[in-house]
Amino acid sequence: MDTTLSKSSSPSSLAKILGDSAIMSLVGGILGFLLIGFKTEARGINLELDWRLSQVLALVVFVFVGRLCLGLRQFHHRLPAIFLAGVVSVYFVIGLLLTEMYGFSDLPLPYIDNKLNWMTAAIYMGLVMYLAATYRLKKVAREKKIVPPTSHPKIYLSPIFRWMIAIAVLFILISLPFLSVIDRRYLNILTQVLLYVVLAWGLNIVVGLAGLLDLGYVAFYAVGAYSYALLSQYYGFSFWLCLPLAGLLAGGFGVMLGFPVLRLRGDYLAIVTLGFGEIIRMILVNWYQFTGGPNGLNQIPKPSVLGYVFEEPKGQGNTISEWLGLSYSSEHFYIFMYLLILVIAMTVLWFVKKLRRLPIGRAWEALREDEIACRALGLNPTNVKLAAFATGAMIAGVAGCFFAAYQGFISPESFTFMESVTILAIVVLGGMGNQLGIVLATVILIFMLEFRDLEQFRMLALGGLEVFIMIWRPRGLISRRYPTIFRRFASPPFSLNAR
Amino acid sequence: MGYFIEQLINGLSLGSVYGLIAIGYTMVYGIIGMVNFAHGEVFMIGAFHALITYLLLQTLGVAILPVAIIIVLVVSVTLTATYGWAIERIAYRPLRGSFRLAPLISAIGMSVFLQNYVQLLQGARPKSIPPIIQGSLHLFEGEDFSISISYLRLFIIIATVILMIFFTLLITKTSLGRSQRACEQDIKMAALLGVNVDRVISITFIIGASLAAIAGLMFMFFYGVVDFYMGFIAGVKAFSAAVLGGIGSLPGAMLGGLLLGVIESLFSGYFSVEYKDLAAFSVLVLVLIFRPTGLLGRPEVEKV
Repeated sequence: MDTTLSKSSSPSSLAKILGDSAIMSLVGGILGFLLIGFKTEARGINLELDWRLSQVLALVVFVFVGRLCLGLRQFHHRLPAIFLAGVVSVYFVIGLLLTEMYGFSDLPLPYIDNKLNWMTAAIYMGLVMYLAATYRLKKVAREKKIVPPTSHPKIYLSPIFRWMIAIAVLFILISLPFLSVIDRRYLNILTQVLLYVVLAWGLNIVVGLAGLLDLGYVAFYAVGAYSYALLSQYYGFSFWLCLPLAGLLAGGFGVMLGFPVLRLRGDYLAIVTLGFGEIIRMILVNWYQFTGGPNGLNQIPKPSVLGYVFEEPKGQGNTISEWLGLSYSSEHFYIFMYLLILVIAMTVLWFVKKLRRLPIGRAWEALREDEIACRALGLNPTNVKLAAFATGAMIAGVAGCFFAAYQGFISPESFTFMESVTILAIVVLGGMGNQLGIVLATVILIFMLEFRDLEQFRMLALGGLEVFIMIWRPRGLISRRYPTIFRRFASPPFSLNAR
Repeated sequence: MGYFIEQLINGLSLGSVYGLIAIGYTMVYGIIGMVNFAHGEVFMIGAFHALITYLLLQTLGVAILPVAIIIVLVVSVTLTATYGWAIERIAYRPLRGSFRLAPLISAIGMSVFLQNYVQLLQGARPKSIPPIIQGSLHLFEGEDFSISISYLRLFIIIATVILMIFFTLLITKTSLGRSQRACEQDIKMAALLGVNVDRVISITFIIGASLAAIAGLMFMFFYGVVDFYMGFIAGVKAFSAAVLGGIGSLPGAMLGGLLLGVIESLFSGYFSVEYKDLAAFSVLVLVLIFRPTGLLGRPEVEKV
């Protein structure tokens, strides 16, 4: 089929490719015409328009050439496609290097903002790589008649070997903060990664295992954080008492919210949790007598260990450094918090792993695959879903309590909808239901957050990524999403992605 | 009494906006059974299109107000409808037949993407313009109170009524409406009987986006303030309106929108302005607890 297409494809297919590209660039132009072409600027009391129609033109050309490359590939003119995309990206890269290094200012680069030029260059380079990669693969496949495997082969590791790997990884993770190369900044990043891993594992129970979409997950995180801050401020509760209490409170909120909604179709849950997240934030902002309003709460006490506190010694013998006989350093607190979140993460990992093998965990996954069948087999869907929802909320509450103690201050700013979207993106990117994938996704995303220059593009990229992953690899970057019970087979006995 | 009627009229005009957005939710839900989270963002984009077109016309010197409003309407509806079409084409169509959560997650991604796209292009600060239509009509002059309705509110309510009549005719009388109703009842059977399902779904998104664009335009004229985040709350409220009216039911969406608008404006008039968003949300939760099918909805039958 391939050869016949490529032979008979000369004039009419070229016209089709050009036509498709023209239509697509036209649509791009229509979409961008007002929003990209004009910028509203407030000058004094008046709102005025800045014209930047050249940017729309640049977009149209960009879309046209990009679609042309893909069209050429589709009709097996792979070399011209690679050549075209290559020329464009080389042009951009040379132009950008000249501008950034030698200060040329009047080069004909389309966008005023150089970040957009870099982005365009990156997209075209990605296109070149994609075209080149598929070029090689196709050729090999056609010559050797390799049928792509329908299921991934499972790598078999003996249990002893697995334990050895797990212990080695744990040992490395524990020893990390004591290495001299790891300073405050890296320690902070590591703690952040682990915090997000815990949050994502919690959301994973709800989204990945039970198949419920929770868009207000950050609200439970907020409940946990504020319950520690408020309980310690008003009643002087200690951190160790608040840690389980925050989990229980958040779980309680989860039950309260989930109970009316979970009886109904799954889609309602998404929008109700979305609204709930906003409501919690609204209450935190407006009830300033109690929650401190938009300024939040500060001076949240640090946790103590067996009565010893993380403070500069004042000769009373109640500080950690005196107890351990070390000279005082503020770093001790951060090392301790890192180890604490590591312990929490390991507990959550172990907990979820156990849950997945218990009847309730199996029920979650069964419910995700087919709710009606579950009901026919005598499961009560509402209770099963409620359990998943509350467990997820509880883990978020514990993480929130940790967050409040770690930061020392909290404000509603930390609990916006965008935070929920970030955690959801981690779960989606890692592959819903996949614990290891989530760790990798968190590392990738947190490093993305570290590039301060690209801050404004971050949420844009996250949103786009969620759409892209759903279309391209709905099971996450490295994942297979089979119910746990099928893990013992090399491949699932029947197709599970039917719906 | 005067205050009450004032709040009522205020609520009706606000409710018209919610109702128009809610129709987009309920139509999409009726046909493909998914919540289109990006719909609130389409509303926001509609408002921005209206704002930019209006400013452009001012720069070009189009001074006659009715002409300007009609041009703004046409341009903003056309461009926003293209957004609706493109969103379906890019984010939802490839996922038809995927697992259940996939289109929902994709929709959330799309919503976040559009929000930040507009923020990036137009800046994060709210844009405000001076009121365009001024003056009001005195309905009733009493001894201790008088009732008046501003021309702007009158415009919004009348425009909504005209749109609803037009829309009802479209659904009940035309062949397009017939195929839409067929798809709503049974999408597979409709496809077998020769209805072009892809086309019907595309047109559904286009109609939904057009109505959202009109709602955005009204909102822009009414409040005079537009920002990139406004689609989020408006979207949640419009969805609540759709649920209140019974999701999948078109008259229900409009009724739910009007009711929700009135509830919200009475709540903020008599209780608290800060917590007015809470009213809409409580309505949503209460309806889900006590009457999940809404006011005019049919109970949903799940089949294997």
